[in-house]
Amino acid sequence: MQKRFEGAPDIKPWLAGAMVFAILAVAGALANPYLISLMTIVLLFTFLGQSWNLMLGIGGQLSIGHALFVALGAYSVAVLDVKYGISPWIGLLLGMFIAGCAGAVLAWLSFRFEVRGIYFALLTIAAAEFARIMFSGWEFVGAMQGLFFPAPTNAIEFAMLRGDARFYYFVALALAALGIVGTELISRSYLGYVWRAMRDDEQAARALGVRTFRHKILVIAISAATAAVGGGILALVQGSIFPDSIMGMGPSVDVLIGPVVGGLGTTFGPLVGSLAAIPLNHLMGALGDSLRIPGLNNIAYGIVLVLVVWFLPDGIWPAMVRLSKAIRPPSRVWLPQPRKAEE
Amino acid sequence: MTALLDVKQLSKSFGGLVAVNNVSFALEAGRITALIGPNGAGKTTCFNLVAGALRPTGGQVFFEGRPIENTPPELVCRMGIARTFQIVRPMRDMSVLENAMVGAFSWTTNVNEARSTAYESLESVGLAGKADARTDQLTLPDRKMLEAAKALSTRPKLLLLDEVMAGLRPTEAAGVVRVLQRLAEAGLTILLVEHVMRIVMEVASRVVVLHHGAKIAEGSPSEVAMDPRVLESYLGAGFHA
Repeated sequence: MQKRFEGAPDIKPWLAGAMVFAILAVAGALANPYLISLMTIVLLFTFLGQSWNLMLGIGGQLSIGHALFVALGAYSVAVLDVKYGISPWIGLLLGMFIAGCAGAVLAWLSFRFEVRGIYFALLTIAAAEFARIMFSGWEFVGAMQGLFFPAPTNAIEFAMLRGDARFYYFVALALAALGIVGTELISRSYLGYVWRAMRDDEQAARALGVRTFRHKILVIAISAATAAVGGGILALVQGSIFPDSIMGMGPSVDVLIGPVVGGLGTTFGPLVGSLAAIPLNHLMGALGDSLRIPGLNNIAYGIVLVLVVWFLPDGIWPAMVRLSKAIRPPSRVWLPQPRKAEE
Repeated sequence: MTALLDVKQLSKSFGGLVAVNNVSFALEAGRITALIGPNGAGKTTCFNLVAGALRPTGGQVFFEGRPIENTPPELVCRMGIARTFQIVRPMRDMSVLENAMVGAFSWTTNVNEARSTAYESLESVGLAGKADARTDQLTLPDRKMLEAAKALSTRPKLLLLDEVMAGLRPTEAAGVVRVLQRLAEAGLTILLVEHVMRIVMEVASRVVVLHHGAKIAEGSPSEVAMDPRVLESYLGAGFHA
């Protein structure tokens, strides 16, 4: 795994990030509708990838059922909006709360009984599948028929988070920026240090006074709550939600493709990974349709994933950082000091 | 004066194997005490019992008068007992400084405060110049000292060092001895698990000897070195000084 840039007074990544987002903002004003909707999905999955990345890349806890938390946010927004006409802002808050609690309870139960590592990951799949089956039969949340938001209008209603594709693009852009800034702030705070220590060696971290039990629960609850926000916006963007479209294994995997391809535990990895993977998926899907080869996108997806894992095991972003350092050597190099004679 | 750490009739068995058998000893504040014994004597087990990494099957451990034998390691640490591991365990994706910062978060949530404490810890073990290095760039003696620095950042009253000298060349070990002496002079209490006798004689003011899980001797280094049971355990029966 590649070390991220760190250290307090390093503002270069912030500047680079701000520039990327300025370009994306301008692009949002100019690009055509297809590109806009594609990029909205890329940015939303950047945010969801951040959420997942916080949990595994920094906290060391693997979730393969992240769609559960995404769906809890999506359903909170959808149920309040569609059934009661309550603003999605409230829905997002409710979703954060429900998903955060679900994450915390799942984590507490799991770690209380010493279920950890890959077994915890299996438990997250089980929880997501359980929820999918439950929601599929639950009439109140639309069961298999799902829930449909009111038809999109061109009038932008900020209080109800309603607007055209461009509006959602900017919402997603703001969310992705928030995710990146938030991840960076968390990883520079004491939580970042404590969580990375816990990720690298739990026993050693405990010996240094890290209360890993509560920190594992905390990182999972925060990750779950942020995933719910992404899920709520995703539901609004898609205009409808069904248990199978938002809760299955598929969405869980979609969430983790970005950070895995882009670079686990890095701040910009999920953005880079989503930028690479999602357009490719769409492109191959379109190509598959025109060539009448159904599933071509999945095959291409799989091949790219294997290639990335094979050639860039720590992801695209760390490779980019290495490349930029190779071109321009860093100013701060540590070399082994010659040993003093007296030693 | 009450002892800083008081170990009373401590026992630990793993199934049928009795690793530590009815061991008692006490540590006085501000001293370096060594726990020695041949391989398999139960030193590290004893050490893990004190640090909370293992729970004893019998006996008690008091730290500043409070029982700690059933306290989990993170809380033992927060009470003021920091430990190192025999096999060095740096957090590999973090720099030397960041490794040393983690311990400070047991008493502060302020990153700057943790950073300056980590620098102080690194300085006191002679690693300040390598603060920005990655841990895999460190030599073995430096890694051992990083373990000590990580522990020091928790601001312990008692430092437990598990074989910090093992695998070091004599000149390197001499450097570590100086570091330990400076720490003890600054008021830190140190419990050392070691089987390099020569170093123990040099640095410890008191020695506890374990053999087959039981305490066979305790005293000053010179007393212990003359003890026939100690010589026997190290060198075999029939050897007399």
